[in-house]
Amino acid sequence: MPAYNEEASILRVIQDIRDHFPSGDIIVINDGSHDLTSVRAGSLGVRVADLPYNLGIGGAMQAGFLYAFQEGYDAAIQFDGDGQHHADQINRILKPWISQEADLVVGSRFLSDSGFKSSVQRRIGAKILSFVVSSITGQRITDTTSGFRLYDRKTLEFFRSIYPEDYPEVEALILAHKKGLKIVEVPSEIGPRTGGRSSITIAGAVYYMVKVLLAISVDLMKKID
Amino acid sequence: MDIVQVIAIAVSVSIFIIVIELIRRNHLKERYSLVWLAASIILIIFSSSRKLLALISAMFGIYYPPSFLFLLGIVFLLVLLLHFSTVISVLGEKNSRLAQEMGLLKTRLDSLEKKITFKAEPPQDQAGK
Repeated sequence: MPAYNEEASILRVIQDIRDHFPSGDIIVINDGSHDLTSVRAGSLGVRVADLPYNLGIGGAMQAGFLYAFQEGYDAAIQFDGDGQHHADQINRILKPWISQEADLVVGSRFLSDSGFKSSVQRRIGAKILSFVVSSITGQRITDTTSGFRLYDRKTLEFFRSIYPEDYPEVEALILAHKKGLKIVEVPSEIGPRTGGRSSITIAGAVYYMVKVLLAISVDLMKKID
Repeated sequence: MDIVQVIAIAVSVSIFIIVIELIRRNHLKERYSLVWLAASIILIIFSSSRKLLALISAMFGIYYPPSFLFLLGIVFLLVLLLHFSTVISVLGEKNSRLAQEMGLLKTRLDSLEKKITFKAEPPQDQAGK
């Protein structure tokens, strides 16, 4: 669980996971928060890895991949600390992995009618990204920026060494596709964040799109072994 | 020898001396020192001989000899900047890897310390792996 300044929501999120998915081990990657994220998470007895300074979501995720791989886990689930993911959805994301249909499972808010509404520019942006990523990967991917994902061990091993920093969710899909990992999208109810702040501000939407598309083209040129 | 040339030579020689001094004091890695040494030597050569500069400029079809110096300088800076960009990228990557490993090590250390403090109790959290 990557967390950056999520003191408002972190307790509720951890409790939510414990209620709905008690068999899972939780590690909170505290990405150099300035608030009580680490202390609060630690008070519930979950493992907390404090990064010495803010690496960004990509760097924080990679710390999680490193941990899960080193500790010998077969799979890891990314679950945001801001409360927009719901632990009762974890079963949905587990299914394709259990049936060995997927190496990387993505929970999509657009495949379910959770009534999740966002701003117009966000929805347009999401459509464009979905179109681009779907064209590249040759399969339909509706929610490219979803941070609710499951990684199997093969994927963990891959992302442990290479994980994008700039727009990790979108770029990771491209890299995983190039690596030949099987990506499966499942419907998932994702709510609005209950605390914290989005890493994407609405004002920079267009600028964001241009940069993401540039990052994708760079990823396409990258050598993957 | 006119004043411009004297100044040019003086500047080139002082750059050369500064580079040598930086290497001597270990402020400059050998990897970078070679480039800078070469650059300052080339500067000294061209500033001390106008004829040579004019000759080479003519070879390249450049009418105004000093602009050949500008060209050299710009190309040199471009290559150096590109080199620095790659160095910074690699450094950044190594840096974040260090931060990640350090964060995880601290977590391991914490849980290890807890285990040692409570070593009278039977070990826990073995399940679920």
